[in-house]
Amino acid sequence: MSYITKPVARHPRMPVNALGLTARDYEGSMSTLCAGCGHDSVTAALIQAFFELDVEPHRLAKLSGIGCSSKTPTYFVRDAHGFNSVHGRMPSIAAGANAANKDLLYVGISGDGDSLSIGLGQLCHAIRRNVNMLYVMENNGVYGLTKGQFSASADIGSTSKGGVANRQGPINPVDLALSLGATFVARSFSGDKGQLVPILKAGMSHSGFAFIDVISPCVTFNDHKGSTKSYAHTREHMHEVIETDFVPLRAEIKTAYAEGSVKAVTMHDGSVVRLRKVDDKYNASDRGAVLEYLTEVRGRGEIATGLLYLEEGGEDMHGFENTVDTPLVKVPYETLCPGSGALSDLQKEWR
Amino acid sequence: MRPTNTRDPQYYHKVVDCQWACPAHTNVPEYIRLIADGRYTESYMLNRKSNVFPGILGRTCDRPCEPACRRVRVEDEPVAICRLKRVAADLRDDVTDLLPKAPELKNGKRVALIGAGPASLTVANDLMPLGYEVVIFEALSKPGGLMRTNIPSFRLPVSVLEEEMAMILDMGVEVHYNHRIESLKALLDEDDFDAVFVGTGAPKGKELDIPGRAEADANVHIGIEWLESIHFGHIDSVGERVLVIGVGNTAMDCCRSSKRMGGNDIKVMARKDRPYFKASPWELEDAEDELIDILVNHSPQKFVVDNGRLTGMVFDIVEWTENEKGRLVSTKLDEVFLPADDVILAIGQDNAFPWIERDIGIEFGEWDMPVVDRATFMTTREGVFVGGDAAWGPENIIWAVEHGHQAAISIHNYCQSVPITERPADGMNLISTKMGIHEWRYSNDYDPVDRTDMRYVELEKRVADMKIEAELGFDLKETAREVERCLNCDVQTDFTANLCIECDACVDVCPVLCLTITHDGEDDDLRGRLMAPAENLDQALYVSEGLPQTKRVMVKDEDLCVHCGLCAERCPTAAWDMAQFDLLTPYAGHESWTSPALAASTTSP
Repeated sequence: MSYITKPVARHPRMPVNALGLTARDYEGSMSTLCAGCGHDSVTAALIQAFFELDVEPHRLAKLSGIGCSSKTPTYFVRDAHGFNSVHGRMPSIAAGANAANKDLLYVGISGDGDSLSIGLGQLCHAIRRNVNMLYVMENNGVYGLTKGQFSASADIGSTSKGGVANRQGPINPVDLALSLGATFVARSFSGDKGQLVPILKAGMSHSGFAFIDVISPCVTFNDHKGSTKSYAHTREHMHEVIETDFVPLRAEIKTAYAEGSVKAVTMHDGSVVRLRKVDDKYNASDRGAVLEYLTEVRGRGEIATGLLYLEEGGEDMHGFENTVDTPLVKVPYETLCPGSGALSDLQKEWR
Repeated sequence: MRPTNTRDPQYYHKVVDCQWACPAHTNVPEYIRLIADGRYTESYMLNRKSNVFPGILGRTCDRPCEPACRRVRVEDEPVAICRLKRVAADLRDDVTDLLPKAPELKNGKRVALIGAGPASLTVANDLMPLGYEVVIFEALSKPGGLMRTNIPSFRLPVSVLEEEMAMILDMGVEVHYNHRIESLKALLDEDDFDAVFVGTGAPKGKELDIPGRAEADANVHIGIEWLESIHFGHIDSVGERVLVIGVGNTAMDCCRSSKRMGGNDIKVMARKDRPYFKASPWELEDAEDELIDILVNHSPQKFVVDNGRLTGMVFDIVEWTENEKGRLVSTKLDEVFLPADDVILAIGQDNAFPWIERDIGIEFGEWDMPVVDRATFMTTREGVFVGGDAAWGPENIIWAVEHGHQAAISIHNYCQSVPITERPADGMNLISTKMGIHEWRYSNDYDPVDRTDMRYVELEKRVADMKIEAELGFDLKETAREVERCLNCDVQTDFTANLCIECDACVDVCPVLCLTITHDGEDDDLRGRLMAPAENLDQALYVSEGLPQTKRVMVKDEDLCVHCGLCAERCPTAAWDMAQFDLLTPYAGHESWTSPALAASTTSP
């Protein structure tokens, strides 16, 4: 933990976005995480994504539970709304906030402990409801805050800092999300912003629950030889299945790819996500095939990364509930709650 | 690109912009930290080692360090480096015991120095402790050269000047005052000197040869001669209306002196517009604060004399445009008569060597100046050296000091029969400043406070007496505030590539986008694809060796780093360290600093 705050001095020729803000205007407090924590890189990637998407800070709600990962919303967009919930309960807070005001951008930050142990049920139901939010799961395979016990995402055979190998099978968050019907499923790595930033931007533009599993090494308890969530192991075994290129609405498409290798998906807000297959037989819109492919990659000891599955245009929570177009916070109270007289009248109809 | 060799002393030296820009390479950040610690005496002595006259320079330096200050690039105002130097000089204790001493036993070599200005005094300072017998010949009755005669005492109190000169002369320098050398040949023939150093400055003020000059002579003065006359008390008044011709630093001293000698309506006349003024911006400011008018685009045409007495001058009012060759040409717009009682000419200085015979083996080149080697300061006659303004025309005190240091090295080599081209090399120390996980031996917290303004004696009092020093200097509060503005550019971000795990923490935390991890490339290619384009080509790119995991390289653009140390604080493997760089500059009599024993004292991974 640094004792000083980040100097106010900034690069005099920093780029500004459509709102006239620089990336530094999307920063938060100084991180109190360990030096070298992958989560800080995810924070930096989020800052870059917010900056590039011209997100208005007051239109953003950042939510989290408990854990190292869940501290991080403090470290970005200090002017945004924020909610730090009880351990594992972030999805229901997000669902509630979204139910009340569907116009905000919801970004939930969680970790493998918060999401796969205490909050597993919450995560599953948020996916089921298709809450319109970006859900970033910072995955390091250990409980960092309590000194490095294996978490539910630790691979069999991966060793702890003390040298003991894990014997229980992991919950694979990507498989879990796919099997529950998530409409946006990705995996990335904190050490690869070139991949992570476009995926984050695509996730923010997705209509529905966007789930990103980010391998984010714990430099203090899980970055040793024998760990399968270390910087070195991840770099060595990363297999990028899909290259993601995010093209915001109205921007010119610049990168040229060979015909047939790219699938362009138009998002709800008009932006375009272009997926370039690295592997010919990969089909990012066939849920069954994706699961099968991922199993095969995992069998080779590789970690598949990229925007692995994308289905745009499905119904989200508000669609299922058939809510009005106006966010509920903007519906006058008298309309939302017409009073006991109106209730009596309604009940009379059924008598 | 080839990985940057940070063990070459010049790489990190260049990062310390102020030290790099200082002709004498004064270790500015370290002396500022010593001031911050209240260790004024040590700060003074550190200054003295390189610039010899901290008290004098703390008031009068031309400050090449300040425009170079990194703070200018990060904000806009440099650290008040010069004013802080004065603080060290003002608040130090007695330094007598710390000064270099001349040994009782001499080395048998005699060296003559002609002129007792800053260049010669520096040569004496460097050679006396080595056992040389140093003899100075000075035309005037007191030492100091232009430091004494050309800098008015409201800018430099005589006591400060004399104290710092005494530190050198009291080592036992033999000085012959009122002894103008009229013939170098005679000196070389008659006296038994092993080497001769010419430090006679540029003592001849330029003339303005326009109609009426001769007739008006009684009231037309050559700036530097006039200032000298004031210093020696030969004149003590000036007419009420004064025109100062020229707009360099001498002109500023002339107009401000006029103000103190009875001048009331004082005008500085410039031929061109402000961007072309030669005077330092702060000297212009000081003059204007004293209600002196500066008139631009006035080209002097003639002196007007009535009844044998000067009544004023006629000027063309002109406009400047660039011609097809890119040179500025003037067009006359109008003509104006400005009344004046006295006119002071401050349009430049020339060298004059009527006393050096042309048949004694000293070759003269362009503008009738002796040919002097840029590195050794030797003329084409062995054993005769030239430095200060006498070498290549008017510069300033700090350059004269550096010339003196270099000439002293040459003289020493020459007298010891070592080739003068064999010059001792610079060395470096590099020592970690780490005190704890997030604690450093320097103040790394960036302070956005603005530059501290200097306070002056109030105007009426200040112009009433020539001897009242105009600037008050910083008090302790102001000093405490100003020292924190220094970015400690000598505390280097020192990188050890094989420790890096490429977690991006340093790249993410850097407030000014200095750092990038990327695939290798050539300098101009790399400059375009960093976190922020590296557009300042004067500033180096640091490029590491290939990193262990991906073989990419760590690149640092040195341009805007504020040395906050956050890269090192956020680094989990201590691949980054904040290490204090200390340039080891050799002076006369020193060995090279690159001997194996010294090289081993630098920390290396």
